[in-house]
Amino acid sequence: MTVMQHIWIVIGVLFVLLNIAAGLIWVERRLLALWQDRLGPNRAGPLGLFIVLADTLKLFFKEDWIPPFADKKIFILAPAIVVGSVLLSFVIIPFAPNIVVADLNIGLLFFLAMSSLGVYSIVLGGWASNNKYALLGALRGASQMIAYEVFMGLSLMGVVMLTGSFNMGAIVEAQKDMWFIVTQPVGFFVFFIAGIAETHRLPFDIPEAESELIAGYHAEYSGMKFGMFFIGEYLGITLISAMMVALFFGGWLGPSFLPPLAWFALKTFFFIGVFILLRASLPRPRYDQLIEYGWKILLPVVLANLMITGAIALWMKGG
Amino acid sequence: MNLLFYISSFVAVAATILAITRFHPVHALLYLVVSFLAAAMIFLSLGTPFIAVLEVIVYAGAIIVLFIFVVMMLNLGKDTALQEKNWLRPKVWAGPCLLVLILLVEMIVLLLNAPDVTMHITVVDPRKVSLSLFGEYIIALELVGFLLMAGIVGAAHIGKQKKKILHRFLN
Amino acid sequence: MRQSTLPGGGVKIMLSNLRTMWLVFLHLFHKKETIQYPEEKIKLHPRWRGRIVLTKDPDGGERCVGCYLCAVACPVDCIALQATEDENGRRYPEFFRINFSRCIFCGYCEEACPTYAIQLIPDFEMAEYNRQNLVFEKEDLLINSQGKYPGYNFYKVAGMDAGVKEKGEGDNEEPVVDIKSLLP
Repeated sequence: MTVMQHIWIVIGVLFVLLNIAAGLIWVERRLLALWQDRLGPNRAGPLGLFIVLADTLKLFFKEDWIPPFADKKIFILAPAIVVGSVLLSFVIIPFAPNIVVADLNIGLLFFLAMSSLGVYSIVLGGWASNNKYALLGALRGASQMIAYEVFMGLSLMGVVMLTGSFNMGAIVEAQKDMWFIVTQPVGFFVFFIAGIAETHRLPFDIPEAESELIAGYHAEYSGMKFGMFFIGEYLGITLISAMMVALFFGGWLGPSFLPPLAWFALKTFFFIGVFILLRASLPRPRYDQLIEYGWKILLPVVLANLMITGAIALWMKGG
Repeated sequence: MNLLFYISSFVAVAATILAITRFHPVHALLYLVVSFLAAAMIFLSLGTPFIAVLEVIVYAGAIIVLFIFVVMMLNLGKDTALQEKNWLRPKVWAGPCLLVLILLVEMIVLLLNAPDVTMHITVVDPRKVSLSLFGEYIIALELVGFLLMAGIVGAAHIGKQKKKILHRFLN
Repeated sequence: MRQSTLPGGGVKIMLSNLRTMWLVFLHLFHKKETIQYPEEKIKLHPRWRGRIVLTKDPDGGERCVGCYLCAVACPVDCIALQATEDENGRRYPEFFRINFSRCIFCGYCEEACPTYAIQLIPDFEMAEYNRQNLVFEKEDLLINSQGKYPGYNFYKVAGMDAGVKEKGEGDNEEPVVDIKSLLP
């Protein structure tokens, strides 16, 4: 691959991702409305698509206020971290056989590392706001994300065992005969739950819980700084959906009447839809229930899954 | 690769110095995070991507978050920063620093006079790491496992709630 | 240990969550409740409490007699009026002002009105860009209609002469007692 090609891939991925993240504003509002027997935004432009433009413009022109009691530098830094860490995670995602920004040997671990850095945006944003609700949100976010990172990592190790590599491309190639959802259903299940908790989407939006913490860690943010958190959340959904597709649903693999990239996009959009369906249907659990659920159910389940996968993998190799 | 190594080492040293000299604990911790990230970069440039990523996941991603978590809850304001300022007088740190500076100069002289050996980098992939962990160093790994187990049991014991908390009307 | 941590209970809750998601998904095919407002109007009931109007009696005269009861009843003090009389002795408001930026559409003025003059009608489309435009004067409030109580004419049943009928000439009214006479 030449340097020029590489640059084109980077620009293309960045462009498509940011547009998807913005477009998800519309997708989420429309789908949510449809599942609540409403219509959703359908006035501005065809199918209401220009609501995205209106929302973005609104965010750009809003007063970008930094509270005088806030820690100014960290306050500005926090929203940049969330978008940065999520966008960096996209580096390792294989969209199609040759379309990947960096085909790292340790791809999966890189994803985990970046998602663990994403915690900082919540913690620092909440702390720098110097507001008690924001701080409470930050505390909740930190403990939730640290806890669920563990299960997220462990749930992926089954896939790594079956593939024998951390390389995302190799993982997708290993699903030629059978998707890993068939061999690793428990791993997928835990990864899905941990993914929701990592992106702090509903029903696990405990760090921002409107009904308890106003808006949690981003209570003091406005304008484009809030927009960064907003975009970061949608990018996070896209990232987790893309990871689920690449790890468990065969990535770009599919019948050949569609190009690989189309298969990948289709599957990813399906999971984005599932994320929104989750938001439409499930209520938020209590905070201690979430943590308890993680440590007392998911951890044993995922460890058992790991052990059984290892045993079977060894047995297959031996026999 | 050499250049990358030196850049990241410089960043690591600078970030660590800043982490020590910041008066505000959270700012200091942030510089510590940068220092860990720089350390991860050093590992990466030395051909051990696995350790580099683990450094980010474990140190930068989990342990420092817990540090910040605790510092946030202590509600340290301007007063603590002032206190810190009082503690960090030049009188306190000038002596040790001077002595360390002499050592540094010595080290640089030694390094400059050393025979020219080029760094040869062998990439250590995760497979090699795990093979050596579960082969050569199995005893150490088991011992670390024991230690962590003891830690978990201790934490579970401390965190166990013995008293059943009832509403004040039910007491 | 709470129920959710039991393995059996956990599975049950998980299945119930999945069922919830499926049922919510099925809402995709349900009839939508949205009314596309400017094109499609909502049907309001006749007694819906919306814009306040002053009605007229069947003869085309103002019903309002300027008794101030509506202004007194108004919990947010948004009604202001000044009563006056014409040459026949018929009372009417000199000015009548309702500040709709304060009005809470509670309908107390309508209940207080003894002559069915002030009425709330099913109309809510009264948004303005300028706040001052929400202060309605008498000529904005007065409508050429009897509103919800057709046929009612206060001065036809009132026991006084205000140019509508002579004293004692009303339908259910006894003739006037001649106080100058000693006859029964």
